[in-house]
Amino acid sequence: MTIDLGMPSGGPGAPGTAGVPRLADGTALTKKDFTSDQEVRWCPGCGDYAILAAVQGFLPELGLKRENIVFVSGIGCSSRFPYYLDTYGMHSIHGRAPAIATGLAATREDLSVWVVTGDGDALSIGGNHLIHALRRNVNLKILLFNNEIYGLTKGQYSPTSHVGQVTKSTPLGSLDTPFNPVSLALGAEASFVARTMDSDRQHLTSVLRAAAEHRGSALVEIYQNCPIFNDGVFDVLKDRTEAAARILHLTDGEEVGTAETVVVRDDRGSLAVVPRAEADPTRIVRHDVAAADPSAAFALSRLDSPDLGHVPMGIFRNVQRPTYDDSLRDQVASARTGEVTDADIDALLAGRDTWTVGA
Amino acid sequence: MSAKLVQKLDRVVIRFAGDSGDGMQLTGDRFTSQTALLGNDLSTLPNFPAEIRAPQGTLPGVSSFQLHFADHNVLTPGDAPDVLVAMNPAALKANLRDLPRGAAIIVNTDEFTKRNLSKVGYAESPLDDGSLDSYDVHPVALTSIAVEALASFTDLTRKEKERAKNMFALGLLSWLYTRPMDGTEAFLKAKFADKPEILEANLAALRAGFNYGETTEDFAVAYEVAPATMPAGTYRNVTGNVALSLGLVAAAHRAHLPLFLGSYPITPASDILHTLAGLKRYGVATMQAEDEIAGVGAALGASFGGALGVTTTSGPGLALKAETIGLAVSLELPLIVCDIQRGGPSTGLPTKTEQADLLQALFGRNGESPVAVVAPATPADCFDIAVEAVRIATTYRTPVIVLSDGYLANGSEPWRLPVTSELPDIAVEFATEPNAVDDSGRPTFHPYLRDPETLARPWAIPGTPGLEHRVGGIEKADVTGNISYDPDNHDHMTRLRQAKIDGIADTIGVLEVDDPSGDADVLVLGWGSTFGPIAAGVRLARSTGARVAQAHLRHLNPFPANTGEVLRSYQRVIVPEMNLGQLAMLLRAKYLVDIESHTSVRGRPFQAGELADVIATAVASVSDVPLKEAAK
Repeated sequence: MTIDLGMPSGGPGAPGTAGVPRLADGTALTKKDFTSDQEVRWCPGCGDYAILAAVQGFLPELGLKRENIVFVSGIGCSSRFPYYLDTYGMHSIHGRAPAIATGLAATREDLSVWVVTGDGDALSIGGNHLIHALRRNVNLKILLFNNEIYGLTKGQYSPTSHVGQVTKSTPLGSLDTPFNPVSLALGAEASFVARTMDSDRQHLTSVLRAAAEHRGSALVEIYQNCPIFNDGVFDVLKDRTEAAARILHLTDGEEVGTAETVVVRDDRGSLAVVPRAEADPTRIVRHDVAAADPSAAFALSRLDSPDLGHVPMGIFRNVQRPTYDDSLRDQVASARTGEVTDADIDALLAGRDTWTVGA
Repeated sequence: MSAKLVQKLDRVVIRFAGDSGDGMQLTGDRFTSQTALLGNDLSTLPNFPAEIRAPQGTLPGVSSFQLHFADHNVLTPGDAPDVLVAMNPAALKANLRDLPRGAAIIVNTDEFTKRNLSKVGYAESPLDDGSLDSYDVHPVALTSIAVEALASFTDLTRKEKERAKNMFALGLLSWLYTRPMDGTEAFLKAKFADKPEILEANLAALRAGFNYGETTEDFAVAYEVAPATMPAGTYRNVTGNVALSLGLVAAAHRAHLPLFLGSYPITPASDILHTLAGLKRYGVATMQAEDEIAGVGAALGASFGGALGVTTTSGPGLALKAETIGLAVSLELPLIVCDIQRGGPSTGLPTKTEQADLLQALFGRNGESPVAVVAPATPADCFDIAVEAVRIATTYRTPVIVLSDGYLANGSEPWRLPVTSELPDIAVEFATEPNAVDDSGRPTFHPYLRDPETLARPWAIPGTPGLEHRVGGIEKADVTGNISYDPDNHDHMTRLRQAKIDGIADTIGVLEVDDPSGDADVLVLGWGSTFGPIAAGVRLARSTGARVAQAHLRHLNPFPANTGEVLRSYQRVIVPEMNLGQLAMLLRAKYLVDIESHTSVRGRPFQAGELADVIATAVASVSDVPLKEAAK
């Protein structure tokens, strides 16, 4: 038997932060308000600094009360993030942040809940929680810092390391086929999936903004440099000329490509990057970020190659569907018949079959 | 039809046994409900295979339900059935060895076919070969009489009619023990409200069974068991899992906290998830998580946000939740973890009872990671223990592990209903104001500044302005909660966390000893579900003149403050456990008392007679007063 649940009250169309108390008109917070008094302890040159600065700079823009923002993290270098933000925060255990954040988001409509995780935390030990948070579409913003290496445990290969990658635990090269985090998230039917990069502050901020506005799970993969154990792995995307040739910017309604190349769809639906001059105009792919079917977004995610020859960057998918937390609250709210009184509990305890023994 | 003789009995133990698909659990449940409404005291023991439908007619497929009811206080489901209802040869064979000579056996002869007999290794029918001569056997063609009684139901197939045989059996037993059937009729009407044909057939089969008893010459006597004398009040019958669910809801209500359950299905705990999932009206939110770890993780997240976070599981799940419980120890947040124990290790015996997770509950985490541990003594006590667990968790900001087990979870007994407004007042106050000043004299919040009495830290929930703070699993500096790797601080914090849990002992009362003679030399001490069997064993032993004291632990961490003193007051201390001596090991280590362990891990509760023998032997060793023959 199935029941038509209808649309939850918070749901499609509502902004991601609906229900979260806002600052009074005319008041605003600054980056400083979101900076905690804790000394930041990442390695010099770590990409996490840039992401932290971007997040601290972006949060005031939300106009939310600071006390209603929570960052939950797992374990790893990236997961130290909450300590450096002057919001509520929890540095939890390895891989479990999406599960913990789900319980928090489900019970507290008035919070803006963010998860900070890394490629090992989210995709290896916590892979199960990640895909289930995404399929449930819990209203969480998940920032996945991907540096393709284990940093905090000092340099073992991660689930996004490349085949053949030599690390401390793979002296003869990694044997594992890596996960593509965007493909994985789309496979789990995530309603919002994006990719951005630590060094591109403007792009990063624009993606964070869109994620915050989205009601439901948002998975944001952030390419992040580890200067100690995997230095320079994204350098070709940071060189202006190389980046222009490699990054396929995803803009809703626009052709996907670079100045010289463009993405086309073949007869079987597969995508390829071809020189613009050779492209059949009828086969050029225009990005539809809100397409209900995730297949097109998935196909875009498959354009990735280990040599970073083509890297789609931006929002792959942004669709609206009911969120788990809104729906759960709706079920509870519609079952309720007012404040629960002692008499209600007495009746509940009694059930239907009682008998009385006289004094 | 002549009125039959009615004979009064003071107690009866009935066991319904059949194939997993025969509806024995339902039959037992309904008979129990009828018995409860009649005012008998009672105790039940369902026993079923892990397989949903094991191969039909085989020994592994036998499912049974035992009920002990009496006109006096009942402590256990009974050692041995007075009556066995055996729906097929497998049910007879699987249960016969538990039957004392002279017990009544009602068998469904329709199922005693050559094929069914050979499935369980009977070369000849035990109904014909004289092997049951020392029993009071009542052969009844249950299936065919039931089918015949439904002859007028032309729209039903024979198979559907056969399915009503359990209702026929229930009707027969209802007549035999003079049980009113209105409750069962009302139950059937609700259950089959939209299947009128099936409803009428079940009602007809039920009445046919009752009438069969009244008319057949095979049953000469009907029996009556008078209502038990019980304390005045309103009662219902309740299983441990339902009582635990209701206790959690009532406690959350008294604490003014929304209840959030994160859980993953596992036998024998799933019924708590099912029960709570149906109580959204009371503000209860339940989440069936992707795994055990996510279940407890979501519960902890909810606790961080100011809800009462609860997770339910059984032994293997507790193992998976260990790391998150450790995080809750470090975060010092309330969290309720219900472990409905079953036979282990590994998958073990999923549907059978055991109490072998005690040491896992106390120590099954990395590092020094103390948590409070409590255990209910009876099915109805699951309600009180839930309230107690919530009191401890919210007062001390700590995880509390509740150790119930399969016997309590599925077993039932009459429960005198509490009055909600008289339950302990456990209202929680969240932190709302800064509790310190910083170096420059500005108000600030120290998340690990403790209450001097309880050593609990403030519960400051997100959404509270000015109290923004970060918590985590890394060691925290005392008071400020900042990350600290300082050796002295870690030593201090480790001892503080232990002292906080130890301090709970101040609020749990003392270990009470039941020693009517006041001069017993032998103490029997138990914990958890062994309460009933131990009390029944003690009662039997005392009936022979044995002087024996009994005490029972509901708090396993910390122990009541006087525990050592109690243990040292007796020459011999016997601790029966359904494990290999876990409580005994703890007591020996902590109090240096030479505990005697009596253990059994057979997947079923102790029998009163077995414990009475153990007690009698111990008492005889320290006393020169000869004991009488026990009146079992």
